[in-house]
Amino acid sequence: MAKLIEEFSVGLFFWQTLLFGLLLFLMWKFAWKPILKAVNDREDGIKDALAAAEDAKKEMQNVTADSEKLLKEARGEREAMLKEAREIKDKIVSDAKEQAQVEGDKLVKQAQATIESEKKAAVAEIKAQVANLSVEIAEKVIKEELSDKKKQLKLVDDMLGDIKLN
Amino acid sequence: MRKTFFTRFLLIGALFLGQFTFASETKEDANEQGKDLKTEIKEYISHHLQDAHDFSLFSYTKENGEHKYVGFPLPVILWDNGLKVFSSSKFHHGETLAEVDGNYYKLYHSKIYKTDAEGTINYDEEHHATNVKPLDFSITKNVVMIIVTGLLMLWLFTSLARSYAKNNGVPTGAGRFFEPIVLYIRDDIARPNIGEKRYRKYMPFLLTIFFFIWFLNMFGLTPLGINVTGNIAITVSLAIMTFLITNFTGTKDYWMHQFDPLGKSLPWYGKIPLYIILVPIELLGLIIKPFSLLIRLYANMQAGHIVLMSLIGLMFIFKSWLGSPLSFGLAFAISLIEVLVALLQAYIFTMLSALYFGFASEEHEHEHEAEAAH
Repeated sequence: MAKLIEEFSVGLFFWQTLLFGLLLFLMWKFAWKPILKAVNDREDGIKDALAAAEDAKKEMQNVTADSEKLLKEARGEREAMLKEAREIKDKIVSDAKEQAQVEGDKLVKQAQATIESEKKAAVAEIKAQVANLSVEIAEKVIKEELSDKKKQLKLVDDMLGDIKLN
Repeated sequence: MRKTFFTRFLLIGALFLGQFTFASETKEDANEQGKDLKTEIKEYISHHLQDAHDFSLFSYTKENGEHKYVGFPLPVILWDNGLKVFSSSKFHHGETLAEVDGNYYKLYHSKIYKTDAEGTINYDEEHHATNVKPLDFSITKNVVMIIVTGLLMLWLFTSLARSYAKNNGVPTGAGRFFEPIVLYIRDDIARPNIGEKRYRKYMPFLLTIFFFIWFLNMFGLTPLGINVTGNIAITVSLAIMTFLITNFTGTKDYWMHQFDPLGKSLPWYGKIPLYIILVPIELLGLIIKPFSLLIRLYANMQAGHIVLMSLIGLMFIFKSWLGSPLSFGLAFAISLIEVLVALLQAYIFTMLSALYFGFASEEHEHEHEAEAAH
């Protein structure tokens, strides 16, 4: 301790305090203040840039989400339209089928009716013709048969025989 | 103060400065010739550790026994019934008396004493000089180094500041090296120890003190033989500044903590033992904190210089093929460690200053006191 006090120089202490104080002031004014300010500004700049990048990223995400949504909507719409079209098609087809069926049935029925009536007409005509023919034949036969007496008698006999048999 | 050939080796790095310096020659004292080498080295080391009134770079002994000093004199400023300013070359490295305005001054063990015309030094029983010491405000070697360091710092950091403006916020040149250190002091010393809100006002001091101590420590490792931070007057001044800033920026909480440690949570009669034991300890702590700062820096730098120079001195004591290279290697290793110590001591001084500032400027959340009141 005594050695330390012996070593202590008032002059050096004075100069050190004075010069250090001066240095502190000058460094404060001309070095540390601008340096710290520049560094802070730079850091703020970096922070701002990062925040801006983050914002841009969010914006981008929003845009992507939006387009995704749009795309989804469009897809849904297309799907719905397709479905509708398919339904319409199915309906048309089934309607057509039904109509065709009905029409067919109607035609068939009509045809059947026509056939029936034709048939009836034909049968009636045939009947009439058969009757005519029969009459003609009978006329001819009778004309033939009744040409001589013998034959006429025979005929009467036969007929009488038949009646008996009946 | 007799420097021999070995200083040539020690200070060889300073040779280039020789062109700007003057050389002075003095007669070799015959009695000194037979002096023991060990004593000579010891004296040289203790001389080196002290401040000097002239900036001597190196010296050697000529063939004809003359001492040749290479360096330059510095102004001596004395307050002895009026200001006395003269060149230190008048002392001829302590070998002659300086006569100024009819007063005689003698340089004895790096200190200036007032003597009679014959230069008699009176001693007390413990061989201490009892002559009158005039107040010495000389621009000594250490003062010169403080100025040099200050100018170096100003130049380095104002150019760094300018490079930001010129280069759009990006440092150039040496600033690339120093900027991370500035940021380190801000982010790893000031911010965690003082706190985000208040660290700004302490930054200039912390930065200045860090680079000031570090640069001076590094200068101390050059062969110029400078020991500024290992000087007690310097460390006292630095520690006093930390002490003053700590206490002038102290908050109400800080002083409450010093004088009324437990506050309202303790009834008045409970405080009596506190005032007998705790408060004096706290108050002592105020002084001990800066005191530990000044002693730590002083002792570390002083010890480093002593060890390094002793190892270099050993080379000339051994004078053998085994011992001298060994102590050279050891000295080399120690100087590498000293480079680290130079940085470390600057860091510790700054770190502890920041810690003390942090204590002083802290504002407590008073929750614990409210809890205690319940």
